[in-house]
Amino acid sequence: MRSLILDLLNKDKEKLLKSSLAKAHENNDKCNSFVTILDDAKVNTNNGAFKGISYALKDNISTKGILSTASSNTLKNYIPPYSATSYLALEREGATLIGKTTMDEFGMGGTAKTAHTGLVRNPLDTLRTPGGSSAGSAVAVSAGVVPFAIGTDTGDSIRKPASYTGIVGYKPTYGMISRYGLMPFASSLDHVGVLSKYVYDAAYVVNYIKGKDEKDMTSFDSSNIDLLKDIDKDIKGKRLFYIKEIADINEYENPSDELVSILKEFNNKIDAIRNIGVEVEEVSIDKKLLNVLNTAYIAIATAEATSNLSNMTGIQFGEREDGENIYELMKNFRTKNFSSLIKRRFVIGSFVLQKENQERYFVNAQRVRAKIVSIMNDLFTKYDGLILPASGNVAPKLSDINDNMSKTELAINNHMVIGNFGGYPSITIPFVNYNNLPVGLNITGPKVSDANILNIAYKLEELIDYKEVR
Amino acid sequence: MKLFPTIGIEMHAELKSNSKAFSTAENTYTKHSNNHVSPVDLGLPGILPVVNLEPVKKGIKMATILNCEIPEYLYYDRKNYYYPDLPKGYQITQSHAPIGINGHIEVPFNGETKEFLIHDIHLEEDSAKMEHLTSESLINYNRSGIPLLELVTEPTFHSKEEVMAFLEYIRRVYQYTDISEADIRKGQIRCDVNISLSTDENTLGTKVEIKNVNGFANVEKVIDAEIARQTKLFEDGRESEIEQETRRYDEASNTTIRMRSKADAIDYKYFIEPNIPKMKITKELINDSIKDIPKLPLERINYYKSLGLTEEDYNPIIKDRLLSDYVNEVLESKADAKLAINFITANIISFINRNEISINELRVKPSDIILVLSKMSDNSISSKQAKEVVEKLLTTDSDINSIISEYSQNSNEDELATLISNIISNSPNEVEAYKNGRTNLFNFFVGQVMKETKGKANPVLTKELIEKELSK
Repeated sequence: MRSLILDLLNKDKEKLLKSSLAKAHENNDKCNSFVTILDDAKVNTNNGAFKGISYALKDNISTKGILSTASSNTLKNYIPPYSATSYLALEREGATLIGKTTMDEFGMGGTAKTAHTGLVRNPLDTLRTPGGSSAGSAVAVSAGVVPFAIGTDTGDSIRKPASYTGIVGYKPTYGMISRYGLMPFASSLDHVGVLSKYVYDAAYVVNYIKGKDEKDMTSFDSSNIDLLKDIDKDIKGKRLFYIKEIADINEYENPSDELVSILKEFNNKIDAIRNIGVEVEEVSIDKKLLNVLNTAYIAIATAEATSNLSNMTGIQFGEREDGENIYELMKNFRTKNFSSLIKRRFVIGSFVLQKENQERYFVNAQRVRAKIVSIMNDLFTKYDGLILPASGNVAPKLSDINDNMSKTELAINNHMVIGNFGGYPSITIPFVNYNNLPVGLNITGPKVSDANILNIAYKLEELIDYKEVR
Repeated sequence: MKLFPTIGIEMHAELKSNSKAFSTAENTYTKHSNNHVSPVDLGLPGILPVVNLEPVKKGIKMATILNCEIPEYLYYDRKNYYYPDLPKGYQITQSHAPIGINGHIEVPFNGETKEFLIHDIHLEEDSAKMEHLTSESLINYNRSGIPLLELVTEPTFHSKEEVMAFLEYIRRVYQYTDISEADIRKGQIRCDVNISLSTDENTLGTKVEIKNVNGFANVEKVIDAEIARQTKLFEDGRESEIEQETRRYDEASNTTIRMRSKADAIDYKYFIEPNIPKMKITKELINDSIKDIPKLPLERINYYKSLGLTEEDYNPIIKDRLLSDYVNEVLESKADAKLAINFITANIISFINRNEISINELRVKPSDIILVLSKMSDNSISSKQAKEVVEKLLTTDSDINSIISEYSQNSNEDELATLISNIISNSPNEVEAYKNGRTNLFNFFVGQVMKETKGKANPVLTKELIEKELSK
């Protein structure tokens, strides 16, 4: 089995913890990957699946008694009085938490530039972004600080950073892992998931933290699903498809050399996959629909976010601001503490929810969501999964990123939102380097087909045998 | 100038339940602030709502009582606005698919009944409670997340009296059905009042809303004050100044005060609560929700009327469902209705009122009353004795049968005849004297019988038998 976790299970955990903490500091100095490093952490002695193995949590997971900021100034001193269900599951299973990782503020934006503690750097090239929003979690795994880290994914926040840092990012079916204690961005799209070096490890972690939670009505009972049992089964005869409008270079006007190269490699891999007996077919989806996925995502996600983050007023928690009256007090708190990116998204979210706009923007966005989900559900009756490059580029330079929303977003860079629209299991594995930087391959399948998707990803990981350049 | 008022009411009632609408915190009254609070009620980052089915069932129950249409699926919506008493920054409510819509209910009014129209009823959660001191405000989160049922009427009322009859009746229904304690002193009922005046009976005037009216007495005052304000404007020819707006009631001045105009109305940006998956409202759930609906006050009133009882007779009884249940159990024994009601009013209601206890704390059960009434009607005990029996039963722990036998009259004719015949044959002198004209000696014989029976001989029967024996 290609697995770090299995290797570590019988190793000395005191030593592992010590080394993880040392690496965390080193990595944090270089990449700013942690909001909190738990120097006083003790090896977890609970008798569970992880036998004391170290891990890191994204800072939007509520941890009782441990600072949980979601990388936002609004929560810079917030120590929650309760714990997220996913964290409690890891505690119960004997995993040792070594720190809370830096992220884009409340998970919004994929730049890794909006954390209240500063931007996060890619360990493969510190001038570049690791992607976001689970930036610190991806960095910590990529740099070998921990064998796995928990991330969250609303648009592609686990799978994009995995692509940019050359690791595995897995977002299970919506509701497989409880969201209780996940500080929300957009409730209907938010998922808890995992970043790891290998597919097996991602499956291992989710296998032990999944389950119905009485505190999350959208969670479901998956006790009959074993994600590990058949993970290395032969995948001959499986059926995959890719979307022509995204994967065919002829669909692009003036493509960059980078995109040309990535799509060429993608096609080579498709041939290799066919050679092991997997059927891969090309499917066409209306370009018009593909081109509005991101807009629909922005409308839905910002609308939900505006509402979800209305509790950030400085009244119940946070450092209260002064004001002439209660409204000024709340306004001052929000104005002072939210980053400009978030504030602009709140404006969009409020705008699309306004009575006079709701039908045109928010409701239409829901229609787009329903449309693509219905198309995908149809395709999933014929195919095991969708396979596409996780992005059309390698990690951009931090200095090249602005957080303006561009009109000309390519579908290849945001198609993974389909996984959030449908609540589908979706996993990114590394597959190719361009200029010594990684790009991931994404596989997305129908709801609750996690075991099948992990099986396919595990076998493709074996086939691709990706070698990182460091 | 004749002006026609039209009034609509929004009535918020706190629902009875073990835990809150979306959290596991207790839903009970406590004098300690911030005691019944979970992370969910504080709106802490990362919390999620979990629907408590108890309030949902109560909503379905009330929707049924109000003859509302119940939707196929249960949905909740978010109502977004900022206020310090609203920890999440939104209230979970129902806006696009309320638990009941398009209803109607018949309400007792002026000795008759009148039907009023219901726009909808919907489930929601309460905000925290704020207390404003001179230089600061306190927030008590005990109330945060308490389940509420909001009942919205159509503009269906045309007088204060109709509104009050409706509100009183609905409150009684809430109490009868255990939907809400509906205790006004605990602030469990709050109303918004919509009023418009028109010179023409068939058109509606400009609607003015008066928000957050606590208690029914204030609803009455608000209606009077607002009708007076608008009437004055009409009389001054300034009715065009009546604006569609939101006002509040100021108790000190007994007037309504402008809060905001319609133009400044808040856009609550409603959208479906994404954390609560839509849930099918099944037949089973509906049946389960309505299985314990008791006979409602109006039905009981009709029943009492059919037994020839008057408003004076039944009004004290229908105030309390348990009391009415109690009375009905007695009435079902075919006891004389008037007699039974009078007996219960005089002996039972006065006792529970005096001692401030509930009818179900009482030792005297309906079966006891039935027994006493039957003893009374077959002349085993006198009405005075019946009263004493009940009194004793209420205040001691003796058993009903032993008390009754202590009191009950001996009406056994054979037994009494033998006794009397013995007494007479053992008193030859008195018999002789009596027959010679000393008729007052009749009481001597009665006295002897009473002495022998410890006063329990049925006096009427005794006299009859003595007369018969003496005339032999």
